[in-house]
This record gives sequence, structure tokens and C-alpha cells, in this order.
Amino acid sequence: MTDTLDRAPAPEEQAPRPGPVSRLLGHQLLWPVVAIVVMLVIDVIAVPSFLDLRVQDGHLYGNPVDIVRNSAPVMLVALGMTLVIATRGIDLSVGAVAAIAAAVACTRIVESADEGAASAAILACTTALAACVLLGVWNGFLVSVVGIQPIIATLVLMVAGRGLAMLVTDGQITTPSNDAFSGLATGFVLGLPIAFLIALGMVVLTAVLTRRTALGMLIEAVGINPDASRLAGVRARTITWTVYVFAAVCAGMAGLIIAANTNSVNANSLGLWIELDAILAVVIGGTALTGGRFSLAGTVVGALLISTLVRTIPSIGIPSEANYLFKAFVVILVCLLQSPRARAALRVRGRRAASSKAVAA
Amino acid sequence: MVKKTLTAASALLVGVTALAGCGDSDASGGDGKIVMGFAQVGAESGWRTANTESIKQSAEDAGFELKFSDAQGKQENQIKAIRSFIQQKVDVIAFSPVVETGWDAVLQEAKRAGIPVILTDRAVDSEDTSLYETFLGSDFVLEGEKAGEWLVENAAESDVDGDGDINVVQLEGTTGAAPAIDRAEGFASAIEADPSIEVTASQTGDFTRDGGKQVMESFLNSEDGIDVVFAHNDDMGLGAIEAIEAAGLEPGVDVKIITVDAVRDGMAALAEGKINFIVECNPLLGDQLMDLAEQVLDGEEVPERVVTEETTFTQEQAAEVLPDRKY
Repeated sequence: MTDTLDRAPAPEEQAPRPGPVSRLLGHQLLWPVVAIVVMLVIDVIAVPSFLDLRVQDGHLYGNPVDIVRNSAPVMLVALGMTLVIATRGIDLSVGAVAAIAAAVACTRIVESADEGAASAAILACTTALAACVLLGVWNGFLVSVVGIQPIIATLVLMVAGRGLAMLVTDGQITTPSNDAFSGLATGFVLGLPIAFLIALGMVVLTAVLTRRTALGMLIEAVGINPDASRLAGVRARTITWTVYVFAAVCAGMAGLIIAANTNSVNANSLGLWIELDAILAVVIGGTALTGGRFSLAGTVVGALLISTLVRTIPSIGIPSEANYLFKAFVVILVCLLQSPRARAALRVRGRRAASSKAVAA
Repeated sequence: MVKKTLTAASALLVGVTALAGCGDSDASGGDGKIVMGFAQVGAESGWRTANTESIKQSAEDAGFELKFSDAQGKQENQIKAIRSFIQQKVDVIAFSPVVETGWDAVLQEAKRAGIPVILTDRAVDSEDTSLYETFLGSDFVLEGEKAGEWLVENAAESDVDGDGDINVVQLEGTTGAAPAIDRAEGFASAIEADPSIEVTASQTGDFTRDGGKQVMESFLNSEDGIDVVFAHNDDMGLGAIEAIEAAGLEPGVDVKIITVDAVRDGMAALAEGKINFIVECNPLLGDQLMDLAEQVLDGEEVPERVVTEETTFTQEQAAEVLPDRKY
């Protein structure tokens, strides 16, 4: 994952021979990580026991565990979104796809002969993910074959998908009771939450596939210029198509985890606006919306930032009316600190101050 | 080529929808039936579905012809539906507004067409109350008060950790929604009666299970000595139950839970002892609505505000009524 950064250095990193300090300061993930640390410090000041961990029912329990566990759905959706954005696309339908996956899985479990059986859960999840593949194929078809703008093409499913999910669940909140299924979100392996392990596993798998093979470079090539890459012999259409399928599958997995978390699916609210959180995570992680460059490590940090933010809001007692404002404030701050132009302006001012001090001395 | 086909297809689609919309233009048919146009919010919850069922059933029982429209949570759909009811010259229009504001124009049109309007479940924020005949729905403030009153009456048992203070955490509904604002207000005014009861933390869970669970997880880690959870609906309460269980506590015993709504899943949890008290928010207002419509059409005076008949449930009552629960 780290070679993402080596291969696609930020412009200011190309300055001649930067020292280790300025290289660290110029690192695109520095500010999101700082933001996470600052938020955790604020949390600890507000609630001294914030970072405490204890063993509960044989696994770790506490805020840090919840933060990584709850980051799983956004991380998965953002993972798919990262590759889509790298091809200069965007997928707005991920929230609806998550809802469809959850709806399909939950209704399958409820309808199965033995509702509590692990086999029922596996079958239901497989069916749900297969449905997601179809949805991804649809999105990819609209974008890569028909040539509709990605934002419009995926808007279709964003709107229609919720209706589809409602049809599957009959407009009702469906509540499966299956231990294997609920383990997806609430289970633990070796003291770590399964949901987070699934998300991390997918990230590692994607990192290996894209960075240990030429796939990552091809995706970036398509993002930089689809026509040029096609003329250079890259199968641009297939690659574009594939990333939408991948995004839909990731969204489906996220949907399953969200549904498993409360053992219920509400087609109306499940995964609502998760596409925005995912895009935010991708952008904070340093992947440009203009495509051609992506950072999986950045996406992981972005997802953790969002889930830390979500946990910080109730912990430090931000009133409900102000919590979107608080969220926006943090996001703007991180984006400003990351922006080369804003940083350059700060640096110039800093240097001036330093030189005037030197003159005075 | 593709573009042209698409344009043609969408034009065709629009045409078909428009035809479907005005296919039944002479609504008030000769059979003398009262025709009611009802514009529902959507089908976002079990509560809403029960509400829809009740209205359809009652309309049939009362011999009304019901024109039903589902706005899927969007105001513009609802305004379109109301306009189409006006064009179809229905006898009476009833609807549950998606949001509180922005209704004056379309309600003026209904008024000019001489069609009386009845609001159900949710109110509109309009200064001109002549735009609608009456508002039939729950009194959310009263619901919050009932929840608070129960807590005051059961204060001794609710002090789970026995420190003399009853710390309540509140899971609010969607920020800005009338039920969230009013239930919080009613609850706060009712618990003033007992100074040992205090709301120590309050945060929105967006009326969803996932929201309720995440906020409750956070409260369990950041608040000391939580005795009671007051959730503005059953779903958030059910999410809180999951969070409480994950923390190794027993919901209903180690932490008392009060919710509002009384949907089936909530009632089942109440009967199991995981919730302690539920204030009903009754969706079955169909019969009351049909009565009101008849009164309005007969030219009778109706009160500006009609409150739906609602009750409360304890664990024992829940176990009794659960088998016949419709929703």
C-alpha cells in the first residue's frame, strides 16, 4: 500500500531534495492522521476513560474497538469508490446497492426453512452479493458501453435502488434472527471485530491485486486519459466495467454488515448517504476526484477519520442540532491543511516571520 | 442514435404516466360515493404501513372511494398528487405532510376548488389555518409527557445503581422533526416533577436502529451510571438494546428503557422484559379520519385539532395484547 505514495508523489514532494521533516509535513496522510489524534485527545479530555479497553464476553470492548468496527461499512464502500474515482468516475448508487444487498440477504434468511442455520446465512449472503454483481454490471454497462456520465448513470440506481430494496422487503423492516449473520457485524476473532477484519482483508486483497500487478497502473492510466490508454492497448472499457462491479460488491458487503449490526433491514434508511461519507473518505485519503491517482492507505485513514468523528460527536456532547456543522468544520479544516495552495500560503507567511526574526537578531 | 432512442423512450414514459394520471378524470362518479384523495408520506416504517392499511380498510368499511398516492418521502410528489386530486374533483383531500412548510400554494388551489383538506399525523406550519379543516394526529408532546410521568412514578425502581440520582440518556429522533422536538419537550416538562431525574446526554439517532445503536454504544462508554434510556421511537430503543447487551448489561434490568410508538417488534421486546414502558403512537386513525371527513362534508363544525386515541403499555399489558397486534 505504501508504494501508492511512492509512485504518485504529491507535487510539492518533487521539490529538490526535501529533508525528512518537510517530507513528513508534505505527506498527504499527515493531516488526516493528525486530525484523528487531535479528536482522540479531545475525547480523552472530555471523557478520561475514552480509550479504556476491557475484556467483555471474551473479546475486547471499548471506544477504540467500536471505532474500528463501525468504520468497516464506510471503509468497504470507500474502497470500491477509490477504484471508481481513480478511473475518473463516481458511483452514487452504493447506498442503494447496500440497501438491496441487505434486503435480499435478510428476506432470504427469514424465508429459509431453518432461520437460525449458518448455511441459511451463507446462502443468503451469497445471493445478495450475486445480486450486487448484477447491479454493478448494470452501472458499468451504462458508463463504459453506453457512455453515460458516471454521475448520471449511477444516479439512476441511486434513486431506483431504494425502490427495489423496498420491493424486496415489502416496505417493512425485516428482522432476521441468525447468529452466523449477526456475527458479521458483532462477532470477534482473536479479540478483533470480524467486520473490521473483513474490511481490512478486502483492502489488503485489493492492494495486492492493484499494486503487485499492473492492474493499479492500468486503472490510473484509464483515469488519466481513457482514449490514450485504449490506443496504447489498455482495455479501458473492461477495466471501467470491472471497477463498477467491484464497487457494487464492496457496497453489498457493507450493506450486509450494517444489517447484521442491528439484525434488521430498513430499506429506507440503510446506507442512506453512505456514498457521501465514502467519497469524503476517498478524498481525505488523497485520491483526486479527477482520477488517475489513488491511495488505498489514504482511504483506510479517511474511513477511520469519519468513524472517529461520528464517535466524537456524542462523546463530547455536541448537541444534535450542531453535529453536521461540527462534522463539516472538521472536514473543511482537514481539507484546507491538505491543500498544497493553502499550505503554501501558510508557509510563505511562516518564512517571512522567520526571516524577519533573523533580521531582528 | 442512442441518445435519440433514450429521449424518445423517456418522452413515451412521461406520456404514459400523464395518461395514467388523468385516465380517471371524472372522479366523483354517479354512484354517490364520497371520493377521498389521500396522499401518504411513503412506506418508510412498519408504523407507516399500518397507518396506510388502516386508512384503506376504514375507507372500504365506510363506503368511501379512496384514491391513494404514495409520495415516497418527497414533498414534490405529494404536491403533484394533491394537484391531481384537485383536477379529478375529489370530494375531500387528506394527507400526511412530508415536511411542515411549503404547502400554502397548493392548499390555496384546493380551497379555491372548494375541496376541504384534512391533515393526518403531521401538521403544516402555515399561518392561514383556513387552508385546512382539521388536523387529526397524535399529540407528540403528550406522548413525551406520558413517558416522563411513568418515570417519575417508577423513580425508585428506575434508580438502577442506587445512588439517588436517576441519569437518563435520550435518543432523539431526526433533528428538526416535529415528533423529536415535541417528545423531548414533553418528557423534559414531566420529569421536572422529580429533581433526582436528569437527562445527562441527548443525541439524535435519526429514528433508526443503527443510529440508536451507535449513539448508545457511545453513551455507554462516555456516561457514568446510566439508569434509563428514553428513545423517541421503538427502533432506536431496539438498537439501544443491542448496544446494552454488547456491553454485557441486561436491558430492562441494568438499564431501564422507555420508548414511543408500540410497533410489533417493540411490543415483543417489551413483553420479553427488555423494554420497560412504551407510549403508544397510534397509526390506526382510519376510522377517525372517515368520521371527520363525513362531518366536514355534511357541513358540521369540527375542532381544529383532533387527537388520536392512544394508550400506554407496561410489560404485562404488552404480553396480553401482543398476539393480536396488527403492526
